[in-house]
Amino acid sequence: MIYEGKQKIWSDYQKEIPDDHWYYVRSCIRQNFFPASERMFTEITQKVLGKDLYETPYHTTCGGIAYHADTIPQETVMTIIARQFALMTEAGYENYCPSCITSFGNYAETLETWREFPELEARIRENLWKACKREFNKPKYLAHSSDLIYHWREEIRKRAKHLLINRETGEPLRIVEHIGCHYAKMFPHKGVGGAEYPYVLAGMVESWGGQVIDYPERRHCCGYGFRQYHVKANRGYSVSNTHKKFESMEPFHPDAIITNCPGCPYFLDRWQYVIAEQTGKTYGENGYGIPVFTYEELAGLVLGYDPWDLGLQLHQVAVEPLLNKMGVEYDPKAKYLGLNKEDLLRPEMPTSIKCC
Amino acid sequence: MKENVVIIGGGVAGLEAAKQLLALGYQPFVVEKSDHLGGHVAQWHKLFPDLTPTKDLIKKMISDIKGANVFLETQVNNFSRTREGYSLFLSNGINIAAKAVLVASGFQLFDAAKKEEYGYGVYDHVITNADLEAYFNGNKDKRVPRSPKAIGFVHCVGSRDLKAGNSQCSKVCCMTAVKQAIEMKERYSNAEVYCFYMDLRLFGKKYEDFYINAQRDFGVHFIRGRVSEVSETMDGRVQVKAEDTLIGKPLKVQLDLLVLMSGMSCNALSQNLVKQAKLEIDSDGFLKSEDNIYSIIESGRPGIFYAGACTGTKTVPETVAEARAAALAIHEYIAEN
Repeated sequence: MIYEGKQKIWSDYQKEIPDDHWYYVRSCIRQNFFPASERMFTEITQKVLGKDLYETPYHTTCGGIAYHADTIPQETVMTIIARQFALMTEAGYENYCPSCITSFGNYAETLETWREFPELEARIRENLWKACKREFNKPKYLAHSSDLIYHWREEIRKRAKHLLINRETGEPLRIVEHIGCHYAKMFPHKGVGGAEYPYVLAGMVESWGGQVIDYPERRHCCGYGFRQYHVKANRGYSVSNTHKKFESMEPFHPDAIITNCPGCPYFLDRWQYVIAEQTGKTYGENGYGIPVFTYEELAGLVLGYDPWDLGLQLHQVAVEPLLNKMGVEYDPKAKYLGLNKEDLLRPEMPTSIKCC
Repeated sequence: MKENVVIIGGGVAGLEAAKQLLALGYQPFVVEKSDHLGGHVAQWHKLFPDLTPTKDLIKKMISDIKGANVFLETQVNNFSRTREGYSLFLSNGINIAAKAVLVASGFQLFDAAKKEEYGYGVYDHVITNADLEAYFNGNKDKRVPRSPKAIGFVHCVGSRDLKAGNSQCSKVCCMTAVKQAIEMKERYSNAEVYCFYMDLRLFGKKYEDFYINAQRDFGVHFIRGRVSEVSETMDGRVQVKAEDTLIGKPLKVQLDLLVLMSGMSCNALSQNLVKQAKLEIDSDGFLKSEDNIYSIIESGRPGIFYAGACTGTKTVPETVAEARAAALAIHEYIAEN
């Protein structure tokens, strides 16, 4: 691998990311899958870095899942998006930051479509006015929330309590980065580092002391693929794609996986359990799986947050092997205590993949 | 004393035109921006379909233009119309009053790094057709393993590719891939060689025979399907994903070397020169001929002629034929004016 070759490509795909004043919109599903990730993003942005980040409870779905499942037409999605932009405009912001990769892709696709076909934008404006008497300005800047953490990665590094370094060997931890398909595959110039060798997560890993693994199936889908999973009969195909990825990354002995999509961490995490139950095979060390994280969770660990406050007890694959390598202190007894310290009881343990 | 004729470009077209103009009694000026004559062809090892050694051909072509005024590492800085013809100020400080100008500025190879999914410049064992010719010419290249067991060729890299900005067929790459595949089999007989192609465009004399030869006598595998992505395995090999459209299945193969057949793109002829000479650019980015059937060597501007790949992708024999025609056309033009 010629690292300089990748650096050349990364230099071709840099985007302007304003440092402050962002209008933040959450994902439909991330809070169910990894409930502390978005809260950690607001915590890091507002409390740790002191940035202006605005949210409104009036925000709704962007329609992305329905759009990609072919159940609503593009014009409907665009009108929903126009309403989101109207809320941003009313709040006095011009920098738009979605938490969901599919939303980010939808926003990028809509803005590009309007740029190519201004008459369509005019029609959508009319649709929105008829529907809810709202008007909007298009965002001046569009960045995914992982773009912002990438932008602030060195500021996070300066405040780091733990790095992605094996505390026993002193070696960088080996991290697989997995980018959501809708981040840059449609519009390479909208993503940091482009579509083929995205740098948004790799940049975080490098800044925080880790080593990025590039393995043959790096670009392959996580297995979610919308209809691959949502159509129940296709779920075998979903898990077979995830299996392909793990077989490919296994020889590189990754210590963890970092992701920036709502679906990817869920499927890379949960399907490890299914693969273990089906085949008896696990991909981590000593019968464990490979821990999977969102970038907010990993940033939280680097900044020294308690892993249970980051919601890591809700992962299927045990995160403790990585916590131990990083030297993160945690109380095993507190893993299943609620916010009020009430015991939430223990989940049933799987038979084939080791969990704590 | 014959009138001055300036040839812009010292590749195959420029050399052949210079030879013909010398034979007609002119002393042409050959202006070449690089440090050598022969253009891209001079970098090649052998030419299809008879595996003609390029070195010998270019050597002969250069020896045939003794008497011409050759300026290497020189460009046209200023180009203007005069009452008698054209005035050209060269970067070496020389000013030439020419009655006629032949543009033989050729092509440029598509930059394979632009097709990021193929990993040129990123993966250790991905090279281009030009790199392989340099290797055949004896240049050491650590990207070419000592005893490759599996080698792949990707056709149409940057050609017939709207995304890459080149809609045209590069014309020579299919045949070059067949030639290079055979040459690799001759060197590494135990290696499996795969050619990934969209269509095989083998139109010229003996081309089809050469292709059959590659399959029958050398066992080269031709797979009809474009490569979708290239990655690197743990031991540094190249993993290629493609679709075999004839059997209707995706395939994945690991190779020791992948060769990208970079296509011919229009040459970045100085925009200044194009503007000053009032030349027209065709929709494919190449220089626009007066028409593409009967007047391909005419620019539409008095006294300015074209030869070779400056107007589109060409083979060497086509280029040579055009250069001869252009020399005669220039001679006729000067005689009539």
